[in-house]
Amino acid sequence: MANLSIRDALNQAMTEEMARDPMVFLMGEEVGAYNGAYKVSKGMLAQFGPQRVYDTPITEGGFAGLGIGAAMTGLRPIIEMMTFNFALQAIDQIVNNAAKMHLMSGGQFCIPIVFRGPNGAAHMLAAQHSQSFESFYAQVPGLKVVTYSDAKDAKGLLKTAIRDDDPVIFLESEMTYGQQGDVPDGEYTIPLGVGEVKRPGTDVTIIAWSKLVGQLALPAAEELAKMGIQAEVVDPRTIKPLDEELIFDSVRKTNRVVIVEENFKFCGVGSEISERIYNRCFDDLDAPVERVTSHDVPMPYAHSLESAVLPNVGRVIEAVKKVLYV
Amino acid sequence: MTSMQAQRRPDKEKLRWMYSQMVLIRTFEERVQQDYMSGKLVGAIHVYVGEEAVAVGVCGQLRKDDYVTSTHRGHGHCIAKGLDLRRMMAELYGKVDGQCRGKGGSMHLCDLERGMLGANGIVSAGLPLACGAALSANLRHTDQVAVAFLGDGASNAGAFHESLNLAAVLKLPVVFVLENNGYADATHIRYAARVTNLADRAAGYGIPGVTVDGMDVLAVHEAAGEAVARARSMRTPTLLECKTYRYYGHYVGDAGQYRSKEEVEAYRQKDCISQLEQRLLQEGILSEGTRREYREQATEAVEDAVRFAQNSPIPGPEVGLEDVYVRY
Ligand SMILES: Cc1ncc(C[n+]2csc(CCOP(=O)(O)OP(=O)(O)O)c2C)c(N)n1
Ligand SMILES: [Mg+2]
Repeated sequence: MANLSIRDALNQAMTEEMARDPMVFLMGEEVGAYNGAYKVSKGMLAQFGPQRVYDTPITEGGFAGLGIGAAMTGLRPIIEMMTFNFALQAIDQIVNNAAKMHLMSGGQFCIPIVFRGPNGAAHMLAAQHSQSFESFYAQVPGLKVVTYSDAKDAKGLLKTAIRDDDPVIFLESEMTYGQQGDVPDGEYTIPLGVGEVKRPGTDVTIIAWSKLVGQLALPAAEELAKMGIQAEVVDPRTIKPLDEELIFDSVRKTNRVVIVEENFKFCGVGSEISERIYNRCFDDLDAPVERVTSHDVPMPYAHSLESAVLPNVGRVIEAVKKVLYV
Repeated sequence: MTSMQAQRRPDKEKLRWMYSQMVLIRTFEERVQQDYMSGKLVGAIHVYVGEEAVAVGVCGQLRKDDYVTSTHRGHGHCIAKGLDLRRMMAELYGKVDGQCRGKGGSMHLCDLERGMLGANGIVSAGLPLACGAALSANLRHTDQVAVAFLGDGASNAGAFHESLNLAAVLKLPVVFVLENNGYADATHIRYAARVTNLADRAAGYGIPGVTVDGMDVLAVHEAAGEAVARARSMRTPTLLECKTYRYYGHYVGDAGQYRSKEEVEAYRQKDCISQLEQRLLQEGILSEGTRREYREQATEAVEDAVRFAQNSPIPGPEVGLEDVYVRY
């Protein structure tokens, strides 16, 4: 085991995959000479050269589409979005070409591409730089949506995403690039569609993913433990495909569920997860599913307002008390 | 092609190929139009009649392993790139034997085997794909090139400008073939742009821009030869504008009332097939007999494609749920 930052774990994943497979390349704004806007690609230009690590002009639609064309013709592009807010400039390419090409071509073309970069709010970046996009991409058939909550998962899942033959939206967070964690030595991958229980418990299931596992779900569980409530924290890791069996198993054990996400509430990922729980675990539930999300407003700038819009530990604890009727 | 000389002067065989291909595209498109009007075909179909010289002149300079991205008006590009007529027609008919198992239709015809990366229903969306195919060739150390066909309308979209700049900056072997047929839907290019020659826009990206008469297949072929040679050996992009015209409406069913009969007639007088035919007859490369033969062959090939399409089964509902992911 090595103790690594998420930044280094992601860097290792890309570096190992590029060393393993000459068809993998990295492209994006500032990924080369500047070592990445968040230094995730540090040293990669020096190691692999300009034929494998490309700096681009500010042209998200252009290089997203370029990546798709390269994927259609035998390469495995990693396309870094400086943040996913800017990927809206490329949404036509991602939705209309990457996601649909396999079906439209009757299975002739596959698109082994990874779009990766920070997602969600950082700190006081205001409405255009703070959106969470899991539910947005999860709505599109043809895309896979992957998140991670620690360094081990970050590395193992990114390696799998790069090897996957379908387009993958790989959502990171600039807030946790520095977060340290144990990473296994040597080669390993983590399959898509397999979640993990991050903290076992018996009284309530808290479903969370991405940075909210470490920021909200686990701290809330600690607080709850002090009150004698044992929360189980379930991280599905990949939103699509979704490890629903892991979720159902936990629900059948605890009979109470809180879903925590940074997306807007309306048509959030939690809407889909709760529908599946109602459908498959109706008789196991002792209370309606509670959801803790961002409020349905464009993110305001001021710290006080941003904090009020985002989900927080207090709201998670409130929701848990509600499903426990305490 | 071994030299620039050879590209400039197509030999007799190449000239006959160009003629037969243009006739084949026209015959195919006239039939598609007819089958649509009689209700045998549905969907959104945009025919290429009048513009055949562009697809044929350009694809006449390409190898089977070169890449092409196409547009909503893509049948001509597909035929010139060598796609199987039967499977194309079956696709238009929405049948299982279609090129895309009946799941793409006219606007998504594609063929992995022949480097046809797809017609595209989104105006301008194919251009970045061509850049990617070109980069792919570079990275795999092949000398393949990529051609992106686009309309005058597409040249006003962001993806056009982003792609030209990316191709220039990353030194990509792409030829952007701008089919300026004067109209995007009902909007004339004079309204939609303030440059007379859209190829002038290339200067803004530091790449060569060339305008040719797109009704003259030999002019297209020559200019495409230079652009493809540049891409092939120097790995750099070109914008090639071909001034052309579509004889029918924007889509099959569009009455085209935004233009005059006189305007359409004036272009029909310069018809690309008649022009080449006259020339080849004069030069003795075509005789009355071979001319008729080519036309009959085209008619028979299209008839055969229609028969194949009509006899092919319709896809069962399960087919629609397949090919969403490679593995899920
Ligand atoms: C992004 C986008 N906007 C609008 C349309 C609808 N549309 C389809 S074809 C077309 C006109 C395209 O004109 P042009 O690029 O000149 O090609 P042409 O039809 O003349 O071959 C339009 C507006 C579309 N398919 N995609
Ligand atoms: Mg046009």
